[in-house]
Amino acid sequence: MNMHFANEQEKLLHDIGVMDFVAIEMSLYLDTHPTDRNAMEYFNHYNRMTNQAKKEYSEKFGPLTIALADTSNCSDWTWATLPMPWEGGCA
Amino acid sequence: MWNYERRLEYPVNITTPNAKLAQAIISQYGGPDGEMGASMRYLSQRYACPYREVAAVLTDIGTEELAHLEMVATIVHQLTKNLSMEEIEESGFANYYVDHTIGIWPQAAGGVPFNACEFQSKGDIITDLCEDMAADGAILQKQQKI
Repeated sequence: MNMHFANEQEKLLHDIGVMDFVAIEMSLYLDTHPTDRNAMEYFNHYNRMTNQAKKEYSEKFGPLTIALADTSNCSDWTWATLPMPWEGGCA
Repeated sequence: MWNYERRLEYPVNITTPNAKLAQAIISQYGGPDGEMGASMRYLSQRYACPYREVAAVLTDIGTEELAHLEMVATIVHQLTKNLSMEEIEESGFANYYVDHTIGIWPQAAGGVPFNACEFQSKGDIITDLCEDMAADGAILQKQQKI
């Protein structure tokens, strides 16, 4: 699929959506197959990439979670001031 | 406990409002087979579940249903944004509008408010599992229809 993104923020958010979806689906499988080592490795791979991407996104474009909020380099509490996800566009 | 992640599970970017469509989609929010019932069903059933692995599944899919609930609300919100009074009247959205304006409120397409009777939590794993499969079948059928 040839995806077009308006900017880096949109692309990174899309990538997080894809990687996180794989991690979530794998975690659901693992709930009922808790001894499947191959599945765990697959989960670990995507989960690590997702966490890294969420950290990168939060540093560049504002926190995705409170745990990833770091106010040391910005003057405002951007958790409250940036667009909300339901506003559409790249929020 | 829960934490909020400030993004949608899948992006929603609707630029053309459509109040008629919103009235159908709202059923997936607070209707008999909607995401509110789905999330409350799984998250309520898990406490009496005798198998830890199954309790884990119920916790995780109940949580994912909350992400679906947010996407459905976003669709309805974007479909009803910036409507003119003429559009509200002509689309049949006026009945909803008079009570909620453009607020998101859990109801079925026919206006019936969300009710906990849309799901069951019986404290018996076989009963609850049958309820879950019936609910999943109902959602699949509805999604194919709309």
